[in-house]
Parts: sequence; structure tokens; C-alpha cells
Amino acid sequence: MTPIQEFLENIKQAPRHIRESAMRNGKVPETDRERSQSTFHNLFLHMQSVRTDRRSLRFASTFGLGLILTASFFVLTITGILLMVYYKPGVELAYNSVKDIHFVVPAGRFIRNIHRWSAHLMVLAAFLHMARVFYTGSYKRPREFNWLIGLSLLVFTLGLSFTGYLLPWDQLAYWAVTIGANIANSPKEVTDAIGITAWFDPGKFQKQLLLGANYVGQESLIRFYVLHVAILPVLISAFMGLHFWRVRKDGGLSRDESKPAPPARIGDRDVEVFAPTKTYGLMAVVRGRTPVVGRSPEGSVSSWPNLLWAELAAFMFTIAVTLVLSYFFDAPLKEMANPAIPENPAKAPWYFLGLQELVSYSAFMGGVGIPSIVLIGLGLIPYLDRDPRGVGIWFGGPAGKRTFWQSAAYGLASVLALLAVTVNFGWLRTWFPTIPQIAIIILNPATVIVAFYAAWSLWVLRRTGSIRMSAIALFTCFLAGFIVLTAMGSIFRGPNWHFYWWPSQWPTH
Amino acid sequence: MPDSPKRRDFLGLTALWGVVIAMGTALAGVMRLPKPAVQPGPLRVFKLGDPAQYAVGSATRIEAGGFFLFHEEQGFHAISSVCTHLGCVVAHTEGEGFACPCHGSRFSTDGSVIGGPAPAALPWLEVVLSPDGQLQVNAESTVSKGTRFQV
Repeated sequence: MTPIQEFLENIKQAPRHIRESAMRNGKVPETDRERSQSTFHNLFLHMQSVRTDRRSLRFASTFGLGLILTASFFVLTITGILLMVYYKPGVELAYNSVKDIHFVVPAGRFIRNIHRWSAHLMVLAAFLHMARVFYTGSYKRPREFNWLIGLSLLVFTLGLSFTGYLLPWDQLAYWAVTIGANIANSPKEVTDAIGITAWFDPGKFQKQLLLGANYVGQESLIRFYVLHVAILPVLISAFMGLHFWRVRKDGGLSRDESKPAPPARIGDRDVEVFAPTKTYGLMAVVRGRTPVVGRSPEGSVSSWPNLLWAELAAFMFTIAVTLVLSYFFDAPLKEMANPAIPENPAKAPWYFLGLQELVSYSAFMGGVGIPSIVLIGLGLIPYLDRDPRGVGIWFGGPAGKRTFWQSAAYGLASVLALLAVTVNFGWLRTWFPTIPQIAIIILNPATVIVAFYAAWSLWVLRRTGSIRMSAIALFTCFLAGFIVLTAMGSIFRGPNWHFYWWPSQWPTH
Repeated sequence: MPDSPKRRDFLGLTALWGVVIAMGTALAGVMRLPKPAVQPGPLRVFKLGDPAQYAVGSATRIEAGGFFLFHEEQGFHAISSVCTHLGCVVAHTEGEGFACPCHGSRFSTDGSVIGGPAPAALPWLEVVLSPDGQLQVNAESTVSKGTRFQV
């Protein structure tokens, strides 16, 4: 073959060679060994274990919530980048560029709607995912640290939502963020009450850090934009990677180890595997709680394609839900931001409205004090409840289920009773107009409800002698409180934050 | 005589701590980035024209400044319209006081809290006469309650 012939032949073969080089194992597999290699050497199995426990694939063990979160994050990343093509982060330009996206850019409105709906879905799924992990006891050893990573992911998710809320620069955005920034400033309420603001003012520090100024303006918009499109997405991506890695290294999804595993499925057959058998690669001899150490692959199926189908189903579900919602419901866009006239009522997105109800009692307690207590409490759960039993079982068994229902009833009843008192009779300042502010900071409906819940949890601890039961009681109470307060803030509060049974009763002016 | 550290260990530790201190200093410098020496923002000193155009007994809302200007027998005074709770803009009703639309805080005619979650009274702002004879309010400078300005 002359060099010129070889050259021509290479040109002819180039498409085939490119195709083959893209696949790590090269050519089309011919032997069994090559076929298995082509499966094991792909990217999907690099990130996932080769075999998956059959119980992990059951819908009721996770409801696919983690996958829905991942899928909505991908949707948000893609639609977010598309929105960045037209969005201009300047106070004079932002509002009109969003309007352009809505009315002028082809498919712009649809993409913005998808971005908004998958953001809502992501927050909702994050709350539900946390509840699932808590109620199945999946935060216990060795998964404690992953619970903390998950908690950070929740904080980043809420941070992304909050920063994204300002970007349209409409009335809703401007006033919600003014309120948010002043919540950051609310430690001033305490430092003022004890008279040390002149020397120590963490509130002002936080507010200026967030806004880059003393007022919501251009500096704030650009700060929120940078956080929203760069800092928080990078952080959340890194933590997601860490979260997935720990899920796999901590032994996969939690499951009930007290029951015998269903048989393994290899090919089309169920296979009983009695003794630990080395089945694949180095994974079996690594020390620690890798998926198979000390355990046979009983109850497992190959991840490819079983896990792949499950993942694709969750992704398709997420995309279908956001597409349908985006088709029927437009993302809101009010008038352009006007610093002189507040929106009335000025409401944050739904997941912050429980907090907004609390800040209407005391800005510091509702906006900083109680959220901090809740976050610290959530983070400590796996370190206070060290009982290894009941992992992977909903509520840890029938006793836990009973505690759940009792606590839900108690949590709902106490928060509803307290709200009824507050709405009908007011609170301390209504009765004693000259009461000092510090008394209201310490004793307001928000702190009272926390005290009620803590007391219940301690009583459950004494009655059952189980820290797990007490944790279920406290978590359930706070969940009930969160739901009721969120509904209160979203539906039952109108202009001047007065109580209304329905928005149609709001006064018009 | 105690064992003196090996030269190699000493040099290694010195290098390590040198790097740590350099990185720490650099990081501390970068951490200052979000806090400029001057907080950006609009000028908050407002010239309001000839004092004679504000009749005795009048209450004027100065939208851009975020305050109300009152002229009474005893003189001029300005009260901030930014709620001390979470920064919404309060509305003024003659003779009744101020009410915040966001979380229902209420203030008396002199700005004291009489209801709702507000932690502090609405501040009184400094009113002066500028050299060119205009009434001037500095919205960044508060004065004690009851301070009035006689032209």
C-alpha cells in the first residue's frame, strides 16, 4: 500500500474510527467478555454501582424524590442559561428584559415558566425528600454526615430561590427582597433592646453584605445575580456530587435489613445466593461499607438497565409536570419596582410565607431566631438519635406510626389554637401598649409554639424512653406548624397582613 | 541537651506555615471585597423649596425622600415613612398617625409604636434651612422626638 493509498483509506475509515474511539471498549463486542466489558466500562456505571438492591428500586421506598430534585436542577440549569441570553441585570434594564422574554422572545415565556415551575417543584421535593429520609430513619449511622450535606443543599436551594426572586425587578420582587434584607438586619431589634447597637451591630453587617448598600438598588441586583447564576449553582453542584458519592459509599439507599432480602435477579432468573461471593471487580475487597462488603449480592439486580429505567422515569415525570404547569400557568410579572409604594400585601414565595407569618410577631425571632433553632435542631438529629434500629422502615414501626399521628394532631391543634387567639385577641402589645420590645422578642406566638412543641417532645421522651420517638414527635410537630403557618401566610393574610378567610374578601381601593 | 529539630523538618514546617499565613492573609483581603469603604447609594439630603409654601398645619409626603414633612405652630419637623419593622412604607392619616401595610404596625402622630410588630418608633429627621433659603431635610440624620425647626 502506497502512502497515498493509506491516507485515502484512513479518510474513508475516519467516521468508523471516530465512532469506535468514542466508545471506551472500541469496536462492536463479539465475545461474552467484550459484551460484559462494554457494559461495565461505560460512564453510567462509573457513577453508579453495578448492581442495585431491588428494595431500593421500589417506588414506595423513596417516591423518587431525590431523582426529581436532580432532574429539576438539570431543568433549572438549562432553562436558566437560556434566560441569561436575554436577561440584563441592571435596575433600568432588568424589568424590560424580563418583559421582552415574556412577550417578544420566541418561546421565552414558556422557558421562563418552566424555570419558575421547576424551581417550585425543587423546593417542594426538597422538603418531601427530607421528610422521607427522616421518617425512614435513613439519617442514622453511617449516613449522619450525608444528612448534614442534604441540609446544606436545602439551604442552597432556598438561597437560589430567594436570589432568583429579585431578578425580574418588579413590585413583588422589590418588596419581598426589601423585607428579606430587613430580616437580615433584624438582630438590630435585639441589640437595640439591650442597648449595644452602637458597638455591636451584626444586623447592619448582614444587610450590607447582602445588599452591597443600605437600600435595595443596583448593587443588590448585581449581587443577587452573581449569587444566583454563579456562586450558588457551583456550590450546589459540588455538594450534590458529594451527596451522591456518600449515598453510594454509605451503602446505597437505606433498607430494612431485618427482613430477608428477595432473591437476586440475574438475567431472567431469580437466583438464591447463600454465601458472600466475590462477584465483580475491586469493589468487593474494599474496606468499609461499600455496597457489597460482607454481603452477597442477594436481592440485587443489575443497575443497567433497571436503575437507568427508574432514573429516566423520574426525569420524565419531572419534565412532564413542569411542562404541563408551564403551559397553563404563567410566571407572574407585576409593575416595575417602585421604592415609594409598597405592594400590599407584599408576599414572598409560598415556602417563605410561614416565616413571614412569624416575622409579623417579631422580626428577629421569626426571621432569624427560630429558623436558626430549626436548622441547628435538624442538623443535630443524627447525633442525638444514635439508636441503630429501624433504619429503612417507615416511622421505625407501628409505635412510631402512632407517635406520628398523635404528634400531627397535637402539632396542628396547638398551632391553630394559637393562631386563633392571635387573630381574635392580638398579642402582648394590644393588651399592654407600653410593653418593652425585649418582652415581645422573648414571648411572642412564634416562641410560644416552639415551647409547646419542645414540651410535647420531652413528654414523649419520658413516656416512651426512646429518643427516636421523641425526634419523630418534634419533627412532626414542626412539619404541622410549617404547613399551617405557610397556609396562613399564603391564603389567609391580606392587605395590612389582616386576616381574611379568602382573597376575594380583600378590600379594593 | 534536648533533641533539636532536624533541619529538614524545620525548613518543611517553616515553608508550610509560610504558605498558610500567606493564603490566610490573601483570603482575609478577598473577604473584605464585599464591604466597600463607602456604601453606595443615592444622596439622601433633600431640598424642599421655599418654607412658605408649606402652610401651618400641613402634612406633606416626600415620596423620593421616604419621609413626611409637617408644619405646625411650633415649627417644622420630618418623620421617616420607612417602617422600623421590615422597611415597608407607612401611610399617614391626619390626626391618627401612621399605619404600615405589610405587617400591620401602627404608630401615633409623633411616631411612637402603638401596635403591631414594629420594634422602634419612626425616627424624626433633621430639618434645616440651606444657604440658598430652601428647607432641607437630611434623611440619614435623626434627631430626638419633639425637635422642631423654626424658620
